[in-house]
Amino acid sequence: MASPARVADVRGLLAAGAQLVEVLPEAEYAKLHIEGARNIPLKLLDADRTADLDPGEPVVVYCHDAL
Amino acid sequence: MSPRAACRLETLGFEQVFDYVEGKADWLARSLPTEGERAGERRAGHLARRDIATCRLSERVGDVHPRVEASPYGFALVVADGDVLLGRLRRAALEGDPDRRAEEVMEPGPSTVRLDTALDALAERLDRLGLKTVVVSTPDGALVGVVRREELAAPRG
Repeated sequence: MASPARVADVRGLLAAGAQLVEVLPEAEYAKLHIEGARNIPLKLLDADRTADLDPGEPVVVYCHDAL
Repeated sequence: MSPRAACRLETLGFEQVFDYVEGKADWLARSLPTEGERAGERRAGHLARRDIATCRLSERVGDVHPRVEASPYGFALVVADGDVLLGRLRRAALEGDPDRRAEEVMEPGPSTVRLDTALDALAERLDRLGLKTVVVSTPDGALVGVVRREELAAPRG
């Protein structure tokens, strides 16, 4: 099961080279996203779209908020 | 949405998946680095000034009053450790009994906005509520500073 992460955890993970994925729609990502994030909208999240990610390395996912 | 994405990644074989539950809204509210078409826009955090007088719960009003008089504002903010914002001392309280403690006369839980509040939305809020200032805080409740209406663009219309 995925581990919940707070902002301090996320910053530590990113500093250590974790992969960062925003799962919001492309238009929202284009307006504003966390520095270094790539965009894979939830509706498109499959093996092909994640082929560039390293499954052996940490990956952080986020959307807009907890709601 | 992100819990489902995290679960899906695990089903795709990813071994270390972390869900930043509070997400982009939390990141933006902390004024952390962003990219994108709107990344360069100035927001509340850019205009927040720290020249507001602050005090602790236990301070005498009479000790706080001179600091407020020396500031550009007519009020003080009451903070705890970590600058967590607890209350506001308005002018009426400051001009009252100087031996009362801040905790006794403060207005608890003043309204705040986040660092990432857009300036047009901030101006609209101030105009709608007839306010001259707004307090900016982090998602953890820590005081960032105060934005003055006069430093925002002129009201529309």
